[in-house]
Amino acid sequence: MFDTSLFETSFTLSDLWFMLKGAGVTLSITFWAVLGGTLLGLLFGLARASVPWWLNAPIGFVLDIFRSVPLIIQFVLANSFKSIVGLNVSAFTVGCAVLAVYTAAFCTEIVRAGILAVPATTRRAARSLGMSWRQDLTSIVFPIALRVALPNWIGLTLGVMKDTALVLWIGIVELLRSSQIIVTRIQEPLFVLSIAGLIYFLMSFPIARLGARLEKRWREND
Amino acid sequence: MNYTFHWRPAFRALPDMLWGALVTLEVAVLSMVLGVFFAVLLALASGSRFRALRAFATSWVELARNTPALFQIYMAYFGLGSLGIYLDSFPALLAGITFNNAGYLAETFRGGLRAVPPTQVRAARSLGMGPVQAFRLIVLPQMFRVVFHPLTNQMVWAILMTSLGVVVGLNNDLTGVTQDLNVKSFRSFEFFAIAAVIYYLIAKFVTGSARLMAWRLFRY
Repeated sequence: MFDTSLFETSFTLSDLWFMLKGAGVTLSITFWAVLGGTLLGLLFGLARASVPWWLNAPIGFVLDIFRSVPLIIQFVLANSFKSIVGLNVSAFTVGCAVLAVYTAAFCTEIVRAGILAVPATTRRAARSLGMSWRQDLTSIVFPIALRVALPNWIGLTLGVMKDTALVLWIGIVELLRSSQIIVTRIQEPLFVLSIAGLIYFLMSFPIARLGARLEKRWREND
Repeated sequence: MNYTFHWRPAFRALPDMLWGALVTLEVAVLSMVLGVFFAVLLALASGSRFRALRAFATSWVELARNTPALFQIYMAYFGLGSLGIYLDSFPALLAGITFNNAGYLAETFRGGLRAVPPTQVRAARSLGMGPVQAFRLIVLPQMFRVVFHPLTNQMVWAILMTSLGVVVGLNNDLTGVTQDLNVKSFRSFEFFAIAAVIYYLIAKFVTGSARLMAWRLFRY
C-alpha cells in the first residue's frame, strides 16, 4: 500500500501558483460577499430590532429562507434565473451576490442580537439625558452591541470563506476547484488536496483564534 | 424575457424527489448519530491525561472547523484514493459530513461537560450515589439541556450539507435526483425551486419538532 511513489511528486511551482491564484479568488469572493452582506445585515438588523412586529415578522421570514435552503441550490437557482431574465453578468458576480444575501441573512441576526443586548434602561437613560435617537444609536448602542456582535461576525466571515468553495458548482475556479484541476492532471489527490486544505487552514485558523481571544478578553472585562 | 416556465414536468417528478429527500434524511441522521458518537469520544479525549490523545482531538476539531465541508468530502472521495481506500459517493459524503459534525459537536459537548460544576458530582456522591448514578441522574440531564439546542442546529446543518453529495457524484439524494432531472430536461429553475421548497420544509420540520421537544422536556 505504501510504495515509494507516494513520496515522489510531479507537483510543480506553477501548480502551486495556480492554487494560490485560486485562493485569491476565494478571498475576493469572500470580501465582496462579506462587505455586501454586512451592509445589508446592518440595515435589516437595525430594522428588526426597532420596527413593529407586523413588519419584523415578514423580514425575519424571508431571511430565514436563505438560512434553510442549501447554498448550492441557491447558486443554481440564481444562475438559472440570471439566464431566464437575460441578465448579462458573470458567474463571479452571481456567486458574490448570492453569498452576500446569504451572509446578510446571518448578519441580520447577529446585529439584532447585539442591539437587543443593550439594556432598554441604558437607552432610555441616554434619551433622557437629551441625546437624539441617532446619538443614542451611534454613541451608546453601537459601542456596546459591537462587543457582543464582533466575535460572531468574525465567525460568520470565516464561515462564508469556507462556503465560497461551493461556487465551483457554477463554474468559478477558486481554491478547491483549482486543486481539483491539478489532481485531474497529475493524479495525486491526497497530496494536492492536502495543500489546498493547508491553505484554507492558514486563511481561517489565525483569525478564528483572534476571534476566540477577543471574545474571552471582552467577557472577562464585563 | 422570453422564457416560459414549465412547472408540470417538475411536479410530475415530485414523487422521485420525495424519495430523494428520504435518502437526504438518511445521510443526515446517520451522520448525526455517528457524529455524536465521535464527538463524545473527542470531548473526552481533549480532557485526557495523554498528550497524544489530546493532540489527536485538537487536530480533528481544528481541521473540521477551519476547512470547508466540501473539502472534507473531497478528501474522503478523492484523497483517500491515494491510500488505496476507494469510497463510493454515498460513504464518502457520509464520512465527510460525519467528520464535520464530530468536529463542531466536540466543542459543544466540551462546553456541556463544563456546564455542570464538579461540586455537584461530589455532592451527589456524598449523598450515596454511585459514579454511574451520579453521571446519569445529575450530569447527563443538565448537560443535555445545554447541548440540545446546538445539536438541533447541527442537524439542520447536516441536512443542508448533504446537498454537497451531488458534487462527488451522488445521484439518489434530493439534490442528486434534481440534478439528474435537470440534465435530462434543462428545466433547472423549476426543478431546483421545488427542491429548495422541500429542503426548507424539512429544515422547518426539524427545528419545529425540536422546539416542541424542548418545550416538553425542559420546562420546570
